[in-house]
Amino acid sequence: MGMTFAEKIFARKAGKSEVRAGEIVFCKPDRLLMHDNAAAITDKVAKELIEFGVANPDQVVIVLDHTVPAVDEKTAAGHKKIREFVQRYGIRHFYDVGTGVCHQVMVEKGLVLPGMLAVGSDSHTCSYGAVNAFATGIDRTEAAALLLTGETWFKVPQSIRIHLRKRLPELVTAKDLVLTIIGQIGADGADYCSVEFWGDISYLTIDDRFTIANMGVEMGAKNAVFPADEIVKGFLTGIGVERSQWQEVWADPDAQYQQELVFELDRIVPMVAAPHKVDNVKPVNEFKGVEVQQCLLGTCTNGRASDFALAAQVIGRRKVAPGTRLLLLPASRSELEKALDAGDIQTLIEAGGVLLPPGCGPCLGAHQGVLAPGERCISTANRNFRGRMGCREAEIYLASPATVAASALTGKITDPREVL
Amino acid sequence: MRIWCYGDDINTDMLFPGKYTYTCSKPDEIKPHLLEDLDPEFAKSVQAGDIIIAGRNFGCGSSREQPVVGLKAVGIQAVIAKSFARIFYRAAINQGLLLIEAPEAVDYYQPGMDVELNPDVGRIRIGGQEFRFPKPPPEILGIVEAGGLLEYTRRKLKERTGRK
Ligand code: SF4
Repeated sequence: MGMTFAEKIFARKAGKSEVRAGEIVFCKPDRLLMHDNAAAITDKVAKELIEFGVANPDQVVIVLDHTVPAVDEKTAAGHKKIREFVQRYGIRHFYDVGTGVCHQVMVEKGLVLPGMLAVGSDSHTCSYGAVNAFATGIDRTEAAALLLTGETWFKVPQSIRIHLRKRLPELVTAKDLVLTIIGQIGADGADYCSVEFWGDISYLTIDDRFTIANMGVEMGAKNAVFPADEIVKGFLTGIGVERSQWQEVWADPDAQYQQELVFELDRIVPMVAAPHKVDNVKPVNEFKGVEVQQCLLGTCTNGRASDFALAAQVIGRRKVAPGTRLLLLPASRSELEKALDAGDIQTLIEAGGVLLPPGCGPCLGAHQGVLAPGERCISTANRNFRGRMGCREAEIYLASPATVAASALTGKITDPREVL
Repeated sequence: MRIWCYGDDINTDMLFPGKYTYTCSKPDEIKPHLLEDLDPEFAKSVQAGDIIIAGRNFGCGSSREQPVVGLKAVGIQAVIAKSFARIFYRAAINQGLLLIEAPEAVDYYQPGMDVELNPDVGRIRIGGQEFRFPKPPPEILGIVEAGGLLEYTRRKLKERTGRK
């Protein structure tokens, strides 16, 4: 019997010829990602770190992104502590304030490659399935133990196979697709599972796949993954990664799945996830006319140059509606530079947009763009939980960059196909 | 020893109300609120060595670790359920709380029956009837016995350097 992607990865990493879903294996992940929470993680094992050191400094990646530049004295002190830690233990893969959101940085710097096993103390670590890695979030206790031993345990997950057919229509994006999937199977529809994407994926760019894999955890998945096809290979060559550096993995055609699903892409329409659950998904038309005071374009889900390009295309020479704020939150410095070169940032700023530094800020309500009671925000992020953007009495709607841009133009939730 | 028996889909809010998430994090602060909305009797009379038996999807919901920390702190010997939610399962092992997936045993159990647990060999005896469950691998039992992942890691490191 064949093996799934997850079974193959864990067999390889555990040095076995075969493993099956449900089995527990111990192995050494290729990467351990931490962000601003590295300060709290290293605190848990401060004594042991002095005694035993970091097991594998090259396994560790730290990106400062959640509260950057520092929000207050406490976060500043946390950053300082992390910089000292990085110095003391020779952590090479350290990215300071302004580089970007950790997940984007992991992928664009080639720190995760096909066939790798990556863990991170952040739930959206699953994003790296875009480049054929098995990637999943872990808790802080586990990250602390990993620093000391370089190793942890995994229960090999069951798998779900999703077949994609045909192409997405104009102005309908990967975000609308993943919202459709989550709306159909529910926020726990893929609980504990590894989700594999098969079928007509050659129409989906790396950015599209990133958006989809990023939201894997919002359907409960442990990871969500695409094969290392020509698109992935082209992307890796583009960022200077040699072919010899990675070994892709994909499922056997006769592997066993817990469930198989088919989505016809040409039937997908712009979708919106309404408060306060990500699976509360309906077509944009059902929210027509709902007023929004803030529009957030960015985050690790949709803050790449291609997202700004789409938004700029929708907005054109027009202006953001009075009474509405448009925030631009690039996923990384490199994506910001690309969007600047393309002229899309200029377009969005001239329209009235406010450019924020690459990072997380408003996405988790840390700072910059926190909402007031009674306000409503339409955002390209991945979570609309109550209080997520810093205020329990505010509402968050999730949508694609095209829908967010169209809504910024009118000040109301708007179908992008109606304004272009 | 007492057996506490509950149904399917016991979520983390039932185990520990979300409204206390940011005010209680130490075991002693958590204890009085354990299972508050599900069974007010629990926090009052639970004792070390007690066992919880439950249905499907035990521990679903948020990723907060207080329910696990609390159940561990009051000395729950193990939770036996038909299935567990993913984050809860992982957090429990990392905090040293033993979870056992044994759907037949849960179905067989009737209030008043004796329960005897032997995780080392993967056996539960309920009212004289024996049930097998996949024995947790030695490393997982090792983590649970050590009292959690951090303790386990500390011991492992000490052993390693001791041997040098
Ligand atoms: S941008 Fe938002 S979702 Fe992404 S890592 Fe930052 S806080 Fe998390």
